[in-house]
Amino acid sequence: MNVVLVGTSHRHAPVELRELVAFGSGRAGEIAAALAGEDGEAVALSTCNRTELYLACDDSVGALERGAGALAALAGLPADELEGSFYTLLDEDAVLHLFRVAAGLDSMIRGEGQILGQIRSAFEAAQEADATGPALHRLFRHALRAGKRVRTETGIAENPASVATAAAELVERVFEDISGTNVLLLGAGKIGELAARELVTRGAKGIVVANRSVERASRLAERFGARVTSLEALEDELSLADIVVASTSSSGYVVTAEQVGRALAGRRKRPVFFVDIAVPRDLDPAINELPGCYLYDIDDLERVVAESAEGRAEETNRAEAILVDEAEQFRAWQRSRDVVPAITSLRELAETIRAQELARAEPRLGALSPRERRAVESLTTQIVNKLLHLPTVRLKEAAAAPTGAVDGVHYAEAVRHLFGLVEEDR
Amino acid sequence: MGEAAVLLLWPALLGYGEATIAYASETVRPGRLGRYAIWGVRLGWLAQTALLGLQAARAGGWPWGTWAGSLNLFVWMCVGAYLIWGCRPRFRLLGSVVMPFALGLFVLAWAAGGAGVPRSSDFGDAFLALHVGLVLAAFAGFSLAAALAALYLWQERRLKRREAGVLRQRAPSLAALDRLTGRTIVVALPVLTAGLAIGVGRAESEGVALDATMAVALGTWALYAAFVALRYGLGWRGRRTAQLAIAGFVLVLVLRLVITPIGHF
Repeated sequence: MNVVLVGTSHRHAPVELRELVAFGSGRAGEIAAALAGEDGEAVALSTCNRTELYLACDDSVGALERGAGALAALAGLPADELEGSFYTLLDEDAVLHLFRVAAGLDSMIRGEGQILGQIRSAFEAAQEADATGPALHRLFRHALRAGKRVRTETGIAENPASVATAAAELVERVFEDISGTNVLLLGAGKIGELAARELVTRGAKGIVVANRSVERASRLAERFGARVTSLEALEDELSLADIVVASTSSSGYVVTAEQVGRALAGRRKRPVFFVDIAVPRDLDPAINELPGCYLYDIDDLERVVAESAEGRAEETNRAEAILVDEAEQFRAWQRSRDVVPAITSLRELAETIRAQELARAEPRLGALSPRERRAVESLTTQIVNKLLHLPTVRLKEAAAAPTGAVDGVHYAEAVRHLFGLVEEDR
Repeated sequence: MGEAAVLLLWPALLGYGEATIAYASETVRPGRLGRYAIWGVRLGWLAQTALLGLQAARAGGWPWGTWAGSLNLFVWMCVGAYLIWGCRPRFRLLGSVVMPFALGLFVLAWAAGGAGVPRSSDFGDAFLALHVGLVLAAFAGFSLAAALAALYLWQERRLKRREAGVLRQRAPSLAALDRLTGRTIVVALPVLTAGLAIGVGRAESEGVALDATMAVALGTWALYAAFVALRYGLGWRGRRTAQLAIAGFVLVLVLRLVITPIGHF
């Protein structure tokens, strides 16, 4: 059985196209069932960054066409218009890709953990819709395990790749749950927006935008479902904010240590994290000296990112090695399935011969008591099992061995030929 | 008994030793040996559990009536308390504080004869089990709270100094460390209160005068009671409560390692 992937992601298509093919979790089962058809298997995955259709069937060309057709139908566009915006992967490449997705290596925020839950949901939806079989069941269970293993055994999520990610990760080192924090955005610039987007992705909800131009603030606030305030009301907002992201184009400090000191009085020792990504700086450096206040400017954040670069490369290599190992384990299982029909046929043949020979010998054995009959049954079964044990193990080992070592398919062919199983099995 | 105890002592020592080294390496090169540390802790703790079980089976009464014996039990409780959180990768760094401490005390208990054949005590079994058991359990909780507080101070200092490598190690958030420190002390304080009440009750009934052990134990109780009042009554948070938790732990150490070896258990 072949594994086929047809999909699109943030690496291949702009958001305008991704949102056309995206579907809610409620439809994942229905789409998977339609793709699986009568004798195939399918799982449909859709997140903010990707829509991927995984199929397992004997006819990979047909599966590719079905997958591409399904994406085109979701987008409501002719298939040729989507060409170049989606990718197709087969077997080993599709397996490794799914493992990389599960590990968060293909995510926008590398190593993020949300994707693992999204894969699990898609798989469960397909299971409920009866669209999965042994191949995708094994593949997705393995992918979830691989994703978990990478996060446990490497520091993949600990090394930020951008200033915005670094800021969000530093915030997570202070607050236990970002979703309960209030974020104050000073300025409506692009970099501030990126930092805010990182925080929103990690669960931040209560966002307030303060900017000299209320119009620009409103536009930004709309994108995050945030509230707008004026810079004049800054001190009141400071006493409520847990995270302050400053990126205005002001020539002097927008927030001074004195202002923060006054705002802290009503906070009952709750900490505040300040991110200053403006040049010249918006936030008075003396804020960092105040108890419970942490201030990082653009240079601090860039130092954190630079320090992480080495660790990031190292951890990515380690994660990739784990995934290659996991993918090899999956392939070994897949290969071992190639010899299962031959083993089953061989055992059926042996059992048939045993039963026939026992029946033929019955007149010569005379009247046997039930106990004696059970003993003869057990004895002959044990002989058959012992004779077949080693060939069975060897066949499975040969099938599971890496390609080029011993070919399990040839072994299976030999068994079929030697025992005359060819006709029955095919 | 002697040979069987040695057979269990070495796996425990090796397990704790392996964990200590692996945790130390985690602070230098995160993600390499750190994940193997927890197996050392688990194996060491299981071996120590068996050792304590063997001591209990062979002793005529309460087996940890001596100072060294109670130190052995204390280490077991500390590591057991650590295991509640230590299995989570994000709390791995906590092991780099707890395990060297546990290993050091375990070696000390062994050197002082606390890991071998237990001697009989002058005190009654029920009193020892309740008083010593409860006090040691509370001290184990305070030790864990101090480790959490130490990790808080270390992490907070790195964040304040804006160290470039602050994200290299996986660590819990300051808020989580602060909350767990408080919660651990809130659980351990009533246990200490019960243990001390039993001790004070017996001292009064036998007309025993207040000694250094009792004075420091009561001082420790007062300090942790103040912690709870300040943390939950006045809303103290962060560095100050972490420092208070560590100050309380210093008193625990003084009591366990300086005063009690001279006096009783």
